[in-house]
Amino acid sequence: MTVMIEKMKKKTRTNNLINYAIVIAAFAVIQVMKSTGNLSSLLNGLLIPVCSYIILAVSLNLVVGISGELSLGHAGFMSVGAFASAFFSKSMLDAIPFVPLRFGLAIVIGAAAAGVIGVLIGIPVLRLRGDYLAIVTLAFGEIIKNVITIFYIGIDGNGIHVSMKDKMSLHLEEGGNVILNGPQGISGTPKNATFLVGVLLVLITLFIVQNLINSRDGRAIMSIRDNRIAAESIGLNVTKYKLMAFTVSAALAGVAGALYAHNLSSLVASKFDFNLSILALVFVVLGGIGSIRGSIIAAVVLTALPEMLRFLSDYRMLIYAIVLIVMMLLNWSPKALELRERYLGRFFKKTAKEGK
Amino acid sequence: MSFISYLVNGISLGSVYAIIALGYTMVYGIAKMLNFAHGDVIMVGGYAAFTMMMSMNTSPLVAVLVSIVVCTVLGVLIETIAYRPLLEAASSLAVLITAIGVSYFLQNIVLLTFGSSTKSFQSVVTLPNLKLAGGSLVITSTAIVTILACIVIMIALTLFINKTKPGQAMLAVSEDKGAAQLMGINVNGTIALTFAIGSGLAAIAGVLLCSAYPALTPYTGSMPGIKAFTAAVFGGIGSIPGAMVGGILMGVIEIFAKAYISTQLSDAIVFLILIIVLLVKPTGLFGKNIQEKV
Repeated sequence: MTVMIEKMKKKTRTNNLINYAIVIAAFAVIQVMKSTGNLSSLLNGLLIPVCSYIILAVSLNLVVGISGELSLGHAGFMSVGAFASAFFSKSMLDAIPFVPLRFGLAIVIGAAAAGVIGVLIGIPVLRLRGDYLAIVTLAFGEIIKNVITIFYIGIDGNGIHVSMKDKMSLHLEEGGNVILNGPQGISGTPKNATFLVGVLLVLITLFIVQNLINSRDGRAIMSIRDNRIAAESIGLNVTKYKLMAFTVSAALAGVAGALYAHNLSSLVASKFDFNLSILALVFVVLGGIGSIRGSIIAAVVLTALPEMLRFLSDYRMLIYAIVLIVMMLLNWSPKALELRERYLGRFFKKTAKEGK
Repeated sequence: MSFISYLVNGISLGSVYAIIALGYTMVYGIAKMLNFAHGDVIMVGGYAAFTMMMSMNTSPLVAVLVSIVVCTVLGVLIETIAYRPLLEAASSLAVLITAIGVSYFLQNIVLLTFGSSTKSFQSVVTLPNLKLAGGSLVITSTAIVTILACIVIMIALTLFINKTKPGQAMLAVSEDKGAAQLMGINVNGTIALTFAIGSGLAAIAGVLLCSAYPALTPYTGSMPGIKAFTAAVFGGIGSIPGAMVGGILMGVIEIFAKAYISTQLSDAIVFLILIIVLLVKPTGLFGKNIQEKV
């Protein structure tokens, strides 16, 4: 028995290490490509968004795969993280000239803000189940997007001014600075994000999520997903564990947002809409629900795919849609699975057994 | 006076939401899936009618009929090709993502065919507007037709489901697929029929929506789609009267919020009310509360 547990522990550990190794290896390869000049400027521009999408996908997987709740508003948390961190960076531009400190603090603030919103939303929402929960997360995503759009915030010698009407009604003094400009969002955020920072944040995210999953709390979360009533009857506090997964996930989405915001000079709330939430969900489902490695790979492939398909010009999004449908059909339809088992069974024997 | 005109506009917009929500709710009741491509079927319906009226110069009535046929066929095709193989799949998320794939597919097909420019849709209702109280209150004929269409559809659908064999088959399938099959009901056929009706309604909704708000783009369907979906949940997803009431309430709240509170915040207010309703009544207004059995 103990031998088996030891074996399983070792397997999880190797599995986790492989994920770190994949990220580091990918980083190394890209650095080599960069230094030898083999990286097209297009792909180069994608590096930081990809890191941020990976973090978003892994964090969403924590809710969808590990906690078993469908969230359709994850872009909302990313948006909160992005705006909170960009707001901080821009207002502290002169106060903290040391970039690593300012950017580090901005990321922490982004994560904290998104985490707090996660708790606030999670407490009422997690009472609901299934599709009702999904629709409420969708609604919250839209509300966050809408609310950010109407605020105008500026800073001058007298402190912070907030208005919901327009830029003029802030009544800023001479030398005052408009930071959040309604629908135009925040422009002039320092572009501090680098690929190295992105990869480091991905590694930190992996560390947090993988350790959470393989901890006592993580097992509690998964047991609630598998059978809520059974978990309740052995005395697990369902709300507490669900809220834990939801909050950690929201905070990590905030990190993704902070990274994203510091890669762009102008940030608008409408970017973080329903489509982005759905994109994150596509990463999670296509990569395999509950599989962290799958989320990482799917995020990379699906972000790169439209760029790779650029030679198809106008047809690329169409091809993307078809690829998406075909991949889902091949991966999930019982008939396709049966065919795969029959013809490719011997190649996948090992994995098939593990699946059981 | 303005209050009444807002109310009429709200009910008219709500009627469109209600017709779309019927499609969501029927499909959900039977296939237990969230059909996110439904909003784009509305848009296809709009484009079909637009093409008929602009390029072929047909009368609005013919355009509407063609649009219904196009969408019905499209709905059945989508169901057969993309959804049916997955309805038995292990995860309900798989079919959700496929629906999103279909949604992208429809948007891009239309984008490639018609271009991204906004088409200005001509109202299919050519009747004169109704002027009341000496001209101080104008109710557009489009609004009246929309509301009437919604009532007619509601009555017809209720009769169809309760009084006809295929309708009863739909109820049976939504109750218990396996048992329905044992009773000799063609389950796949019934699901296809549901998609056909839902998509046909989407075409009507598309034409009415574009008549009231004439800007037609490949993305026209997505926001009304999301709102109608929330309306369906609002009323209790799976329930037909629920979709109706939810849709109309949603439209009225949206127009009132736009008129009296803030244009930019109107969506946020609509969604906030949805959340409050769901927190008080977790299965929506008309939803059945099914107790989990151990």
